[in-house]
Amino acid sequence: MIAQNIAFTILAAVATLAAVRVVTTRNVVHAALYLVMVLASVGALYVLLVAEFVAAVQILIYIGAIVVLFLFGIMLTRATIGADAGLDNDQRWIAAVTGLFLLGVLTFVLVDAFGDDRLPSLENMSREALTAERGTGAVGDAIFSTYLVPFEVVSVLLLAALVGAIVLARRE
Amino acid sequence: MLVNQFLLLGAVLFCVGVYGVLARRNGVLVLMSIELILNAVNINLLALGSLQGPQAAVVGQVFALFVITIAAAEVGVGLAIVLLIYRNRHSVDLDEVDLMKG
Repeated sequence: MIAQNIAFTILAAVATLAAVRVVTTRNVVHAALYLVMVLASVGALYVLLVAEFVAAVQILIYIGAIVVLFLFGIMLTRATIGADAGLDNDQRWIAAVTGLFLLGVLTFVLVDAFGDDRLPSLENMSREALTAERGTGAVGDAIFSTYLVPFEVVSVLLLAALVGAIVLARRE
Repeated sequence: MLVNQFLLLGAVLFCVGVYGVLARRNGVLVLMSIELILNAVNINLLALGSLQGPQAAVVGQVFALFVITIAAAEVGVGLAIVLLIYRNRHSVDLDEVDLMKG
């Protein structure tokens, strides 16, 4: 339990600091690389929550595909490589106040609602039981039985997004 | 572990993402901030699912997978739109995209 808490503290600190750098850095490429740090530490947090398949998908889809897409976007819009002062608009202070206010409200609500509820301890379970209960197999079973219709709808949505992106981005 | 550890981290990531959406003027950076917000949602889904027991944990994972898929679709279309803005105006400054401003 202590080891998990230490791991959580480190990962949460890395994720928070990198996230702040994503929205404050003056270099677009650095923002994308800090985003990789956020996504990787969030993926590691999924492992702490016994969701190893989601963690693998996070690494494959987010870091492997989405960040590469972002780097392509940066390249194709010919962003300044290097520091660029014009990345923020002049509502920065209002935005900071909004963000902090929202954080205060959310913190109050969460502390009020969940106080010190603990996640169920899984330490006494065998690895086989844990895998059968919430491992990749259980997730696959759920997707292909209860959530089959949403799964198919999502594949149609991906096709629509693919066609839409091509139609938008191609030259006449 | 407390469930609030995860939920509060999600709240922090969400608020940082909201700040980014409001304060950035580069279209690509706004999309990156939206990714932060979606990640915060995924942390919440997994933590709350795990809190409710094994069945809900699986449901939380399935929902998180759907959110990741939709995030991928969103980035694809969003970047195509940003690219189109760049092609028409030679800049991705979202403050200049104010055609619909009254």
